[in-house]
Amino acid sequence: MLFHAEPIEFTAQAGPGAPAWTGRAADGEDLLRFAVSVHRHGGRIAALWGDDRRREDGCFRLNCVFSLDEGHAWVTLDLRAGGANDGDCPFYPDLSGIFPAANRMQRATRDLVGICCDGGDQRAWLRHGAWPEHWHPLRHDSVHEVGVGVGFPNLPSDYDFVQVGGEGAHEIPVGPIHAGIIEPGHFRFSVIGEKVLRLEQRLGYQHKGVEHRFVGTDIAAGAKLVGRVSGDSTCAYAWAYATAIEAACGVAPPPRALALRALMLERERVANHLGDLGALGNDAAFAFGLTQFMRLKEDWLRLNAQLFGHRFMMDRIVPGGVVLDLDPPALRMIVEQCDALGREVKDIRSIYEEHPGLQDRFLTTGAITAELARELSLTGMAARATGIILDGRCYRQGYAPPAPYAELGVRPATDERGDVAARVAVRFDEIFESLRLIKELAVGLPDGDSRVECAPRPCGCGLGVVEGWRGEVIVGVQLDEEGRIARAHPHDPSWQIWLALEHAVLADIVPDFPLINKSFNLSYSGVDL
Amino acid sequence: MIPLLKRIFRTGILTEPPPPPPPAAEVPRAEIERLNDEVLAILGRALTIREVDAGSCNGCELEIHALNNAYYNLEGCGIKFVASPRHADMLLVTGPVTKNMENALRIAYDCTPDPKLVVAVGDCGCGCGEAGRLFNENYATCGAVENVIAVDVRVPGCPPTPTALMQGILAAVKRR
Repeated sequence: MLFHAEPIEFTAQAGPGAPAWTGRAADGEDLLRFAVSVHRHGGRIAALWGDDRRREDGCFRLNCVFSLDEGHAWVTLDLRAGGANDGDCPFYPDLSGIFPAANRMQRATRDLVGICCDGGDQRAWLRHGAWPEHWHPLRHDSVHEVGVGVGFPNLPSDYDFVQVGGEGAHEIPVGPIHAGIIEPGHFRFSVIGEKVLRLEQRLGYQHKGVEHRFVGTDIAAGAKLVGRVSGDSTCAYAWAYATAIEAACGVAPPPRALALRALMLERERVANHLGDLGALGNDAAFAFGLTQFMRLKEDWLRLNAQLFGHRFMMDRIVPGGVVLDLDPPALRMIVEQCDALGREVKDIRSIYEEHPGLQDRFLTTGAITAELARELSLTGMAARATGIILDGRCYRQGYAPPAPYAELGVRPATDERGDVAARVAVRFDEIFESLRLIKELAVGLPDGDSRVECAPRPCGCGLGVVEGWRGEVIVGVQLDEEGRIARAHPHDPSWQIWLALEHAVLADIVPDFPLINKSFNLSYSGVDL
Repeated sequence: MIPLLKRIFRTGILTEPPPPPPPAAEVPRAEIERLNDEVLAILGRALTIREVDAGSCNGCELEIHALNNAYYNLEGCGIKFVASPRHADMLLVTGPVTKNMENALRIAYDCTPDPKLVVAVGDCGCGCGEAGRLFNENYATCGAVENVIAVDVRVPGCPPTPTALMQGILAAVKRR
């Protein structure tokens, strides 16, 4: 089928996952025209990565996933070495002029695979100084001697931050090690007095070569690895990966497995929202909030440990199903806990809402508009807090959510203010909705097996999309001739939302930054890979 | 204000007693209690920790956060997290140490005044277990924390539970 009458023929991906189509662009011009058309129809860029296919197909491959009303369109573009292009570093059209969110993804693709866009920002993104410019870890012919003190020298690196001039303007560098217990990254504030004129992020400090580690592993080891891309979203990643593998192998997981996966994903969402709501109170000097929410989160995690065998439910979702089962007493405990938690959260919500000091910090702070959210291809809670109704679990025009969400009738939580207060409100609403979903799932859990055999299918490929607690988690997988992983790319919603954070601080002062940052609570590990 | 106070009153004190001995019985229970006294004797209620994430998946950070909740109440033992390594007695490092964080970790280590303690956290940081194998050395990673700075105590787990973390922190103080 065609989308927007553009000349790229798409085939629908089989299986019970979120709707996805795959298609091949004939050349860069077709890709560019398709991207323009997606943008014109209100679509987004969802992910972008490169692949070295020289051994199999004699070319490099650019993978772009666009999000349309109907679902996700995975477009590939083969880049042949030689010809008008630079033989060693093939070019493709720069998409960052259409979708600003493509900028960092394109730069990361260049660092890892050595294919680059024909213009725009060419600064290195993931490569700081640990390997040379013309060596690309994801090329099959890249040789690297691994060991401590061998391989490439780890050189100090400089980064060309955009400078802000003028009288009284100065810079505040923050990181990579931050003051709190959080992941590393560098923020460069340009300020006048307290007022933020510009924020520029430099990430990549968490880059541990995750995509390189996927190459050549079997499906089971890949599932362990993907669960550790971003620890707070382990269920979302594991489910997205399982969907991709199941699509690649032509396997359909049983309904009971899908319901249990959704139950775990919603528990993960509640756990993270609880933690962040507490931390948001704390960042506004309301320690009571932190104490209360961390207590509720601990209770929640302890039941995870008791029923799922792991406090964050790591490694419970695998291709083919899930590796646990819940008996009726366990389901009853889950329902009872949801009821109890709902009452407590409702109570604390009214305390939050009636606290003038807290509301003073939350309201109008770190505001972004829906227009900006669309321009930056935002998904998830950050987009919904600007009023955009976009949730992979909910019906919308032309889109039907995947099982088991289709039958649950998920109500998207939105708020039109776009500020910290809006993100707090959306998180509260999502907790209540998730509690309802968990109860419905626990009560109506289908009978049957919770896992089927998932035999690898040589050369299969698949795309998995899951609405995690932050937003859309995407995993694209390509298997090799032996059914091992030739290439896997996990994409975190933080890629897009980090850009929104740069905008969100602009109207505020430096001391508001921790609060604004926490209201998004983005993943570093998920984007640094 | 009244609902808030009522809630504090109703919640009460949730803090649990210090953790039971580690599974390998490295430090017996009586030891733990003695350790608490020792911590107080040596450090006068002020063991300070600088947490450094040198490349984790943020799973370990979630559990380190939990140390400060009402149940574990690490601060109640006189142990708290500080913002600068210059104020710290101990570095609590999660890994695997990425090449991009190697330098920053060394700087943090050098900034921590002697005598200092280093606790490596998680399977990746300790270079053990399945996660340690998944995240071994490669072009972007130095592997375990001990490959970069000297480590006193290891707390394995993926991620280690808050109880295991408390045991590890107390064990490190014991070694000093």
